[in-house]
Amino acid sequence: MTIVHTIQGSRILVAVNGDLDLTSAAPLRDALDELIDRYREKSLVLDLADVDFIDSSGLGVILGRFRRMSGRPLSLVGVRPAVKAVLELAGITSILPVADAVRPPVKDQRA
Amino acid sequence: MTNTMQLRFLSVPENVGLARVSIAALAGQASFSLNDIDEIKVAVSEAVSNAIIHGYRGQNDGWVEVTGTLDPHGITIVVEDFGVGIRDIEQARQPSYSTDPERMGLGFVFMESFMHGLNVQSTVGKGTRVEMQRFVTIQGELSRDAQ
Repeated sequence: MTIVHTIQGSRILVAVNGDLDLTSAAPLRDALDELIDRYREKSLVLDLADVDFIDSSGLGVILGRFRRMSGRPLSLVGVRPAVKAVLELAGITSILPVADAVRPPVKDQRA
Repeated sequence: MTNTMQLRFLSVPENVGLARVSIAALAGQASFSLNDIDEIKVAVSEAVSNAIIHGYRGQNDGWVEVTGTLDPHGITIVVEDFGVGIRDIEQARQPSYSTDPERMGLGFVFMESFMHGLNVQSTVGKGTRVEMQRFVTIQGELSRDAQ
């Protein structure tokens, strides 16, 4: 798993690449906590466009950060269908803003 | 299609992905959709994670065994550890039950939701055996003759 963060105005954008499971949960949690504590006034946006898989270990990291931010906005973007199904089953989509992954444009076959 | 695979590995977190990918490859030999396989992967991930986190309390020197069996109806997956066991299985299967505040207690909920059958057997001090099934779902229109 790789994590790349960018500061964009009032928000921390964190792009995650890889599976979110028991293996990646601890390093992701530590990285996000460091960012949350360093930029105390900023919101957090997790870009999951390159995350193909999530289970309850990964969900626990997201929900734990939501609690830790205590009211600061946290949102998920680029969420793929397989990941969204798990988020929905866990009820995450009812407490956090979740934006789906953008489908790549269909190539023009005539080109 | 009938086939069987067995995996035996140490209780290290990196092996959760190993088990998930191996079972997905086996399930790919049957008529499961990609969505079906995604859901099977979540269930396997939860069962193996439980074995490591709860069965062996995070110690990485325990053995976890995963068996996958394909038959014409679908796949049966057994995940077994030889750790501390579960004192109260019914309580452990309740949503939001977890001994770890960073976890959501949804492991068994995901297994139940994404699979078509779940059986949990456990003996304190001896270990836990989780067996789950997923049936192949055939979709399509009936032919004129069959209607």
